Amino acid sequence: MKLYESLKMAFANIWASKMRSFLTMLGIIIGIAAVMVIVGLGNGMENYMTASFESMGTNTLSVDITGRGSSRTVSVDEMYKLVDDNPNDLSLISPLVSMNATVKIGSDTADTTGVTGVSEDYLTIKDYSASSGRGIQYVDVLKRKKVCVIGSYVDKTYFDGSGLGQTLKINGEQFTVVGVLKAEADSEESSTDDAIYIPYSTAARMSYTGTISSYVLTVPNVDKATEGKTIVEDALYKIFQDDNFYRVISMAEMLDTMTKMLNVMIAVLAAIAAISLVVGGIGIMNIMLVSVSERTREIGIRKALGAKERWIKSQFVIEAAVTSAIGGVLGILDGYLLSSIATLIVTQAMNVDMTVVPSGAAVLMAFGISVGIGVLFGYLPAKKAAQLNPIDALRYE
Amino acid sequence: MTPLIEFKEVSKIYHMGDSVVIAANKISMRIYKGEFVAIVGQSGSGKSTCMNIIGCLDVPTEGQYLLDGRDVGGMNKNELAEIRNEMLGFIFQQYNLLPKLNLLENVMIPLMYAGVPVHERKQRAMDALESVGLGDKYAHKPTQLSGGQQQRVSIARALVGLPSVILADEPTGALDSHTGREVLNILQGLHSQGNTVVLITHDNSIAATAQRIIRLEDGCVVYDGPSTDPRAFVHAGRPVAEVPGEGGAAT
Repeated sequence: MKLYESLKMAFANIWASKMRSFLTMLGIIIGIAAVMVIVGLGNGMENYMTASFESMGTNTLSVDITGRGSSRTVSVDEMYKLVDDNPNDLSLISPLVSMNATVKIGSDTADTTGVTGVSEDYLTIKDYSASSGRGIQYVDVLKRKKVCVIGSYVDKTYFDGSGLGQTLKINGEQFTVVGVLKAEADSEESSTDDAIYIPYSTAARMSYTGTISSYVLTVPNVDKATEGKTIVEDALYKIFQDDNFYRVISMAEMLDTMTKMLNVMIAVLAAIAAISLVVGGIGIMNIMLVSVSERTREIGIRKALGAKERWIKSQFVIEAAVTSAIGGVLGILDGYLLSSIATLIVTQAMNVDMTVVPSGAAVLMAFGISVGIGVLFGYLPAKKAAQLNPIDALRYE
Repeated sequence: MTPLIEFKEVSKIYHMGDSVVIAANKISMRIYKGEFVAIVGQSGSGKSTCMNIIGCLDVPTEGQYLLDGRDVGGMNKNELAEIRNEMLGFIFQQYNLLPKLNLLENVMIPLMYAGVPVHERKQRAMDALESVGLGDKYAHKPTQLSGGQQQRVSIARALVGLPSVILADEPTGALDSHTGREVLNILQGLHSQGNTVVLITHDNSIAATAQRIIRLEDGCVVYDGPSTDPRAFVHAGRPVAEVPGEGGAAT
């Protein structure tokens, strides 16, 4: 007897009791769909996180110095020297001076706009570029010039898109707009486009802070993130002799850590969803046992007519596997459907640009698992069927 | 000539808890190719046990059963299944057709297990159905047929694998006298074509259809001879009420 005949018989038997077969499959359908959506959500979150981190620059290191008073501290020059001394592991640096500033543009006050003092390399570090005009230059930093580069939101909202060359007032001092940045985010209020950048030296003087406590650095490539971080930490430890006074954060490391955490979380959730697969498998086993009882006489007849035990056994195992596999396919379809719905909800309702994508590998695995469950949980009933005594089976009413 | 069926002091003993039931007690018999034999007995006489052993559904506890010279006693379940498939055609009292399959598919089952290719299988099953006069109904389900027609399908199924022995267990038991007679006529026809037919029944009037009668009582053979001999119908030393040849096939 060939496999396709067994398959044909299995399909015929499943079709003969559609309702029961469907209910039997339901556990598998729900299980597979749940696992797929959860894994899809995980993939989506990971992609979203990676994308967000990459927009922040995975090759950047953030340095925050909490210092201890003014007795021991790090100067901008020391930080620049550190970068110059380690050209293999560190490439660019920009001090960051966040200002608590009042920005006045004409008669408007830009409440939401952040003002940050940066170096000439900042735009390169952040991968921002000017849509018109120029960025901050070394000369601006050196001469503490009152020039600024504005984000696209500021340009659009306060200058009607013609901000280049105009002036604005920061804490009462007049600044000239020398550049307008391309839109990085969605040009909305409080986004990265709602920002003004000025030379850090100018910002430091205006804030009356002698020391600068925040820096952003870059490493030549993502692989150097850990080495770069170590070099900066070692240098800072030499100065402070205490690692509580500074913090160096590598975006790549953070992404790595968060991805790992996310994967663990997804695995746990998927494992919980997979419990439903086991329950579904038990459902299949249960219904196969019922089926064996109901078909005892048929089994007896088939045996009398020459069916060997392994034929009976494979027939029932195949039937269980086919039931489970159909459930698996339906579950996969459901999984795709639910994933699209989830994507819709996440993008529309939560306003997050994230796609829930079940990976091809996950789909294949889901199908494999569902067939495997059928074989596993179909085996016991099939064995019971195969071992029926033909005489008793023929007499069974 | 080797007997087709040979029982050498075959015994079948069942242990039910503490009690021991001897269903067959040293039965010896020989059935040759081309014979039409009825194994007759009341319930509890051991005829079902005999039928199960002849049909290779069961093996003797003691003694030897040789089917076409081969000892069945030592065979495993798979070998028994093969023997059933190749050498035996079963006709049951309850027809035992599979209700979900149509007539053609029902008749094809033994050929499927024999590994006959699909095309040839269909052809042979169709021929067998036609030989019992049901070729035009091949696509029907068994439940759409009368009892007599269903029994004819089961005869077609028994024949299709060209078995050495056709084993009919109370084939008329569920039929009225008229259709019962039709079925017996088919069996007689098969016999006259050279088939070996073994009929198992409790009913003397049906047994009388056969050439030869083997009467069992309490697990022992009490008569083995031609059906023309009146002693064939003597039960426990006295003639049985029914006279062979008269009256219809009883229920």
